[in-house]
Amino acid sequence: MNAKKSWWNNPIMKEKIEEKLRAAFGEDILTVAEHRDELTVEVKRDRIAEVCRFLKEDPELSFNYLSDICGSDMLDFEDLSSRKSYLAVEHEHRPEPVPNEERFEVIYNMISLENKSRIRLKVKVDGENPICPSITSVYKSADWYERETFDMFGITFEGHPDMRRIYMPEEYEYYPLRKDFPLMGVPGSIPLPRK
Amino acid sequence: MSTSSENKKEISQILKVLEDRDTNVVIDDPLENYMVLNMGPQHPATHGVLRLLVKLEGETVVDCIPEMGYLHRGYEKIAEASTYMEFIPHTDRLDYISPIANNVAITLAIEKLAGIEAPPRAQYIRVIGAELARISSHLMAIGAMAMDVGAMTVFLWAFREREKLYDVFDLLTGVRFTTSYTRIGGIAQDMTDETKAAIERFIDEFPTHHHEIEKMLNRNRIFLDRTVGVGVINGETGLDVGLTGATLRASGVEHDLRTFSPYLVYDQLSFDVITENDGDCFARYMVRMREMLESVKIVRQALDKIPQGPIKADMPKKVLPKKERVYTKMEELIHDFVIVNDGIDPEPGEIYSAIEGSKGELGFYIKSNGSGRPWRLKIRSPSFCNLQALPLMVKGQMISDVVAIIGSIDPIMGEADK
Repeated sequence: MNAKKSWWNNPIMKEKIEEKLRAAFGEDILTVAEHRDELTVEVKRDRIAEVCRFLKEDPELSFNYLSDICGSDMLDFEDLSSRKSYLAVEHEHRPEPVPNEERFEVIYNMISLENKSRIRLKVKVDGENPICPSITSVYKSADWYERETFDMFGITFEGHPDMRRIYMPEEYEYYPLRKDFPLMGVPGSIPLPRK
Repeated sequence: MSTSSENKKEISQILKVLEDRDTNVVIDDPLENYMVLNMGPQHPATHGVLRLLVKLEGETVVDCIPEMGYLHRGYEKIAEASTYMEFIPHTDRLDYISPIANNVAITLAIEKLAGIEAPPRAQYIRVIGAELARISSHLMAIGAMAMDVGAMTVFLWAFREREKLYDVFDLLTGVRFTTSYTRIGGIAQDMTDETKAAIERFIDEFPTHHHEIEKMLNRNRIFLDRTVGVGVINGETGLDVGLTGATLRASGVEHDLRTFSPYLVYDQLSFDVITENDGDCFARYMVRMREMLESVKIVRQALDKIPQGPIKADMPKKVLPKKERVYTKMEELIHDFVIVNDGIDPEPGEIYSAIEGSKGELGFYIKSNGSGRPWRLKIRSPSFCNLQALPLMVKGQMISDVVAIIGSIDPIMGEADK
């Protein structure tokens, strides 16, 4: 990769973001990771709305545009046996499964228009009782993104004004993007129209 | 007997009421009540299968709730079960008006994840393809919007131009509609001289036809009455509700990913980011009109600057080899077999990569666990984000303006519903 392709974060901003976040939230910033020049900050779940508000309202950072929210199911993430090899190798390596308290992730992508930089926030959500605080009070655009995440993963966002399904029918019982939902769907789960 | 006596009693009461001038029979004023109108999903002006529940007071919209999901095909789930390469054809079906732009977006995301860079010639051809797709998409948007407000001619003119573009795509990619043109690390086939000549012919002729549409609409009394001051949204609100692309730029926010974080070779090409300040339907129309000319400018520069060279990166374990070599060389046969069956196995990690698609920021968030299939692939579709602002735009407008506003947002439901 040549230099011009270091796309999102200018290096000064990267250090500044980390420094400022650590100063403001201390222990609640869990990890700061970097992959392919992109900054991912893992935040304690209960503080996510405050962190977002800080990032949005701090004059030097001003992450004023929320570009996306998505969920992710980490069930058996490390398990490579799902990989279909043409030699059909049995993987002996069975790593520890991801603990149920950290089964889901909610991922927030934000842009700072002034500083031309991006940041990704991440929170871990419990698999048993998936609840996450809503950030609709900070970014209005979070409304539909959170509804979509709820629809696909069943993560309930506390404080959301209108927590309904957005794509699937209202009475649908399953959450399709969870890893334990079969690819072909559940036969009979969506009633066919009467003839 | 009893029923008839009760009837008599009622009738006598009614008669008494009618005779008594001081009694009023109160009927609710029909204009004081709200009416809920169900618009779509089969309404011709909703650009696909968008359904709107509109609450009306007389003819004025009080509230509006978009309902979607009628075209939800679960592409994110399909992506988790297919290799990275297998998913490229699916992106054609997202924004089916500009498939090449989607192909470019997904390929750039995969390349970023796997650490591949396409050679310069491929990058220039991708730019040309994406910009032609933008012209095609904006033509569709303007034509459909004009037809929604009653100007049939522009729709036909726009489609005549799009037809020429489809011929160009046919030469460039081999197909007219669902192109699947890009490959990981490059593109499917090189641009021939014949294709180059066809593109040049198109961009030479296009400004004349563009001007015809301008002459038809820009000072058209009916068109202005239907669009100026309709569906106004200011830049600050627009950013807050997640507007993107031309719809955001029409509200005066200068945000274009081609300059914000230049991908491909956009930093070597000169063009302007078009903005308008009014934030109404007419401003959105004007931004699209002017952006088409910028795209022509970009394509012309790219055609001048395009270097000779390979069209695929030289990374045998990640990039599909040429077909002739697969049939004649052992090494390439093995690589082809492994790439097709196993996938390219990018190292574990997560990336988000976005391009300025025809409708706005088209992004892909991909998380890999080291296998040949994405663990999670999220499509950040601009139409979905733009539709979220629709209730804000239509509030307080007339019912007939809803149609014009939907046209000016230019949603493609294949993309919004995934």
